[in-house]
Amino acid sequence: MAALLVLVGLAALAAAAPVVSRYDPLLQDRASRFEPPSLRHLFGTDEFGRDIWSRVIHGARVSLLTGAAVVVVAGTVGIPLGLLGGYAGGWTDAVVMRFLDFLLAVPAILLAMAVIAVLGPGVLNAVLAVAIVSIPAFARIARASTLALKEREFVLAGRAMGAGPAYLMFRTILPNALSPLLVQATVAAAYAILLEAALSFLGLSTRPPEPSWGSMLNTGRSFLYQAPWYGLFPGIMITLAVLALNGLADGLQRVFAGAAAGAGATRAPAGARGG
Amino acid sequence: MARYAFVRLVHLLPVLFLTSVAVWLLIYLIPGDPALALLGPDVTPEQLQRARARMGLDQPWPMQYALWLGRVLEGDLGVSYLNGLPVRTMLAQRIPVTLQLTVASLVVALLIAAPLGILSAVRPTSWIGRVATGYNALAMAVPTFWLGILLVLLFGLYLRWLPTSGYVPLWEDPARALRFLVLPAVTLGAYVSAVLARFTRAALLESLGQDYVRTARAKGVGEPGVVGVHALKNALIPVVTVLGLQFGAFMGGAVITEAIFDYPGLGRMLLQAILTRDYTVVQGTILFVVAAFVVINLLTDLAYAYLDPRIRYS
Repeated sequence: MAALLVLVGLAALAAAAPVVSRYDPLLQDRASRFEPPSLRHLFGTDEFGRDIWSRVIHGARVSLLTGAAVVVVAGTVGIPLGLLGGYAGGWTDAVVMRFLDFLLAVPAILLAMAVIAVLGPGVLNAVLAVAIVSIPAFARIARASTLALKEREFVLAGRAMGAGPAYLMFRTILPNALSPLLVQATVAAAYAILLEAALSFLGLSTRPPEPSWGSMLNTGRSFLYQAPWYGLFPGIMITLAVLALNGLADGLQRVFAGAAAGAGATRAPAGARGG
Repeated sequence: MARYAFVRLVHLLPVLFLTSVAVWLLIYLIPGDPALALLGPDVTPEQLQRARARMGLDQPWPMQYALWLGRVLEGDLGVSYLNGLPVRTMLAQRIPVTLQLTVASLVVALLIAAPLGILSAVRPTSWIGRVATGYNALAMAVPTFWLGILLVLLFGLYLRWLPTSGYVPLWEDPARALRFLVLPAVTLGAYVSAVLARFTRAALLESLGQDYVRTARAKGVGEPGVVGVHALKNALIPVVTVLGLQFGAFMGGAVITEAIFDYPGLGRMLLQAILTRDYTVVQGTILFVVAAFVVINLLTDLAYAYLDPRIRYS
């Protein structure tokens, strides 16, 4: 519940960023470089005298939108793939599974970096890269649920009444597999925020002067001695967002306990996150 | 066992094939002519023609892939666009560096996870159990790069206890090497320690509930013996799996940690190569890391199957 409150709070801040930020996040003020946190600048200022509080809440937009976009893209590709593999079985399933194995065979951050190596750095390409990395988890959960559900009476009844495979997959099976997928969506959003921040940190996603948590940490790290607060606040925000999303996932899982236990919704698998 | 190993190997072939195609496509899809990139702009059309023929760029693409794969299988990963060094040589220099960090970080992870996991399984309701739960949630949420920054801030800049960047080979000066290794290894190992602690706790809780543990207690084995000898041995199997997976992932996945601590390993080489568009190096590094990851995962699977016969027969 606390997790949900934190998330709603973050989302509200991000949405109202232009109103609650008292400064333009790009406004440079050379006279007030590296000011420590004060009433005038809540989180202090950076190397160009920009207000860090304003940059942090504008950065929240990048991170939260990334989380949402990744879930939508990865879910849109992964869920139908999993439904198809689980429902069709045989060769179709084998092809789907080998494709997923291939995506899982590369450590996540490396796969994302490889995608960016082809597409070029930038926040849209980073979102795409993180989405590709996130496909297997959605597909696997959708497949496992489909396997568990497809021989159940209500699906067989649908088929006996003449429903086609597409109708059975999307209208009969999918609605009953939603709870583990919802938990997965929450976990995937947390993971996406972490990974995008990591890519920004490496200079492969958002580019300066655009504010984002990862890139602020990257610049802030060069000024740790003059301005420790610079490297502090963006990190707190990332941790807070990820903790809240993971907490929400745990909560959802407890609520759906019965349904989710069977389908094996989990956190990102060990080994998926490279440091 | 041999049959299981064979089946697992056969499953790997399509994965390795797709990976090789994808890594090859990496250069094929990049706009621009690799021959031109290699020779520079001041090149005559004849020279370009000859270079293209020599590199096989005038062939149809399936042929180009086959030629490339043939060279890779012979161990020829091409030369860097930037400094002309063979990619194989560059990899050979970086691998031991990354290996040193990977092993150190797993040692750190084990040192944290083992006591935390065991104590929280033996006394799940005590304060140590709650500390473990809190630590796990936090260590999983704190991004690696932020943890690295905080450690640099605290131990490098304020306390001045430890160096914050650089690398010393372990065999040259072990004491100094360890000082340079502490911060990166803790940064990289923190997340794994949380995963490991969770696995250890769950596995140990399960094996503590088994019949053979009850038997051991009934025979009068003391509590340390029950936990340490009987239960822990079986609980170690999943823990070994997690370690194996992480080992593979870290061979290339230490990009961020290496960037923070200026640690000259594989990850930093890859990042530099991507930022400077040195595509042969990108290709070679990714290929090596994926191959290492896949092989280590296979070995972990086989070890797992060897330790737990139920797996081979399911």
